[in-house]
Amino acid sequence: MNAREHTLADFVRIAATLPGARLPWLVRARMTALERFAQSGLPSMRDEDWKYTSIAAIEKHAFLARPRQDGRESAPAALVALVDELSLNKGTGHLLVFVDGRHAPALSAPGLLPAGTTLASIADALERAPEALESYLANEDRQTVFGALNTAFMADGAYLHLARGTVVDEPIHLLFIATQAGAAGAAISPRNLIVAEEGAQATVIEHYAGADGAVYFTNAVTQIFAAPNAQIEHYKLQQEALQAFHVAGIHALQAKDSRLTSHSIALGAALARNDITTAFAAPGCEATLNGLYLVCGRQHVDNHTRIDHLEANGSSHEFYRGVLDGHSRAVFNGKVIVYPGAQKTKAYQANHNLLLSRDAEIDTKPQLEIYADDVKCTHGATIGQIDENQLFYLRARGVEEAMARGLLVHAFAHDVIERIRVTSLRTRLEQILFTRLPQGSRIRELA
Amino acid sequence: MNLVKEATMLEIRKLQASVEMKPILRGLDLSVKAGEVHAIMGPNGSGKSTLAQVLAGRDTFQVTGGEVLYQGRDLLPLAPEERAREGIFLAFQYPVEIPGVSNVYLLKAALNNVRKHRGQPELDAMEFLALIKQKMKQMDMSEDLLYRAVNEGFSGGEKKRNEILQMAMLEPKLAILDETDSGLDIDALQVVSKGINALRSPDRAMILVTHYQRLLDYVVPDFVHVLAHGIIVRSGGPELALELEERGYGWLEQAAAPSSLSPLRSTGAP
Repeated sequence: MNAREHTLADFVRIAATLPGARLPWLVRARMTALERFAQSGLPSMRDEDWKYTSIAAIEKHAFLARPRQDGRESAPAALVALVDELSLNKGTGHLLVFVDGRHAPALSAPGLLPAGTTLASIADALERAPEALESYLANEDRQTVFGALNTAFMADGAYLHLARGTVVDEPIHLLFIATQAGAAGAAISPRNLIVAEEGAQATVIEHYAGADGAVYFTNAVTQIFAAPNAQIEHYKLQQEALQAFHVAGIHALQAKDSRLTSHSIALGAALARNDITTAFAAPGCEATLNGLYLVCGRQHVDNHTRIDHLEANGSSHEFYRGVLDGHSRAVFNGKVIVYPGAQKTKAYQANHNLLLSRDAEIDTKPQLEIYADDVKCTHGATIGQIDENQLFYLRARGVEEAMARGLLVHAFAHDVIERIRVTSLRTRLEQILFTRLPQGSRIRELA
Repeated sequence: MNLVKEATMLEIRKLQASVEMKPILRGLDLSVKAGEVHAIMGPNGSGKSTLAQVLAGRDTFQVTGGEVLYQGRDLLPLAPEERAREGIFLAFQYPVEIPGVSNVYLLKAALNNVRKHRGQPELDAMEFLALIKQKMKQMDMSEDLLYRAVNEGFSGGEKKRNEILQMAMLEPKLAILDETDSGLDIDALQVVSKGINALRSPDRAMILVTHYQRLLDYVVPDFVHVLAHGIIVRSGGPELALELEERGYGWLEQAAAPSSLSPLRSTGAP
């Protein structure tokens, strides 16, 4: 059985257990998506968008979807402790936990949400009020083949709906944990849906973490729909197990004067691919895409972003940085398209990379396509090593070499971290950064 | 006990150094004792900055011959940070901008490293801030420079003051000031000179590398050496600097050209 047949057989096996199996529109959407996959198969390196990223290893592992297991009311103590360790806003904020791809109510703490907010598991939402989700979930706009597979297999995830004018002050933390027992060999397909009606505001943290040593495949999709004047701040923290595979799409559709801020932090997984896209469907939109990837060993991380400036007076700012050590490899492809009529567009894009090893490799490709004539767009990419002048300057002040290197890497990465507005997340990332730096504990003492 | 030898801070013998196979220093001799201030002058390309960088341990220069003794010990095997902790300080000609590393962070790291090495206790945050603020006041520096990234966006004058501030904090035994006067207006030059003079002491030696006489009006050296084509071609007292100001370097330079059969060699400090 080849990889394609394997996936199709897996779908036949699991289809009846997927949420919404009785909803004709959803069944249709799943089938359409599956057909798309059946026709194209998974991408190969001959595809322009996958030129530097081979997914052969994902195919080889032949991951299987897991049917829903009911009746788990209480969570084992170790899992409770893990959630406690990973949660960001202890006691405050809103936490939704998913274990091996399924909502775990016993571990979640949604807290008190302002009126007009719906925060639920998508599987539950499909049971209770599926009509609200139809137009969004069936939307295959800008999805990759992996996105289509997610539509076919999506089992759970978070559904956040913000009624007009609703403002959620505290961040909403969506924590996806992969356990050794439950995730090994599994293909996990989380789907998150964020719908912000006019003027609504919220901050969402999408967080993936996996048990060390577990080999599994997360294939996630998050859709964001921002109505006029809505503001969504989205953070993604990817700390998958180092042997795991992670492919994710985050796709936003923005209405007039809406604002999207996206931060994508990639630390884990053997192979990680992110596709982050947003489309300005009306004038006056703003998007900020920030990203940081820290990889080492034989990790491979691929970030593809795309901003469609379809209408006038939009502005986008993109700022991605990467630190690569060992034999790691990274890919950055940032596409900004300014369509005819999208006048007065402002677009800024930068991708900076720091290579700490001779064996690390980065392929970076900023891409601007401009079809309007009254725009201001800049882009740039750099690849560099530790600056020898800076290193010598620090050493000449008595800072030993390892620590001087640590300081410089910290400074480089911190430029992205300091843009994070959620204090608890920023602090968490700083701690993670210190553990990864030479002499990190001493650098922390100084800070 | 040899008292003279003990007081010798730096002894450079027949030092040769190259960059990318190109010889820059071609057998340089220099002896500096504690308490002395030596000025090294010379035209562009004579090797002044190379000498400063080699003493600080910059590895882009290869030492191909000769020796350097610092307080009687072989200096050359030491890493730059070890030299700094042993009391050598280089004030950079072009202080490096380090985005993301705050000035106060660097100063604290540097000072605590040096103090630890000297067996002194590390300063706590309060003591450190009190000390640094006092020194900044002396250097006529605005306190907000403390919390900015190292040298980033500093004016030329602020960068040079920052170098002298670091020197004042670290209290080196041997300070090497590489073209500290370049790019300074007259007011800044006076502040910087005052900072340098305040650090003159019987147990500290200084080497001022400079192209112009100007700095030496404010920081009067004990000895002046002229470097040309990688060797010291003339040594004298402060009056030599004045003579250079008047006559230029040409008359000394010719004599030291590498093609010359019998280069004029210095006989050391008078």
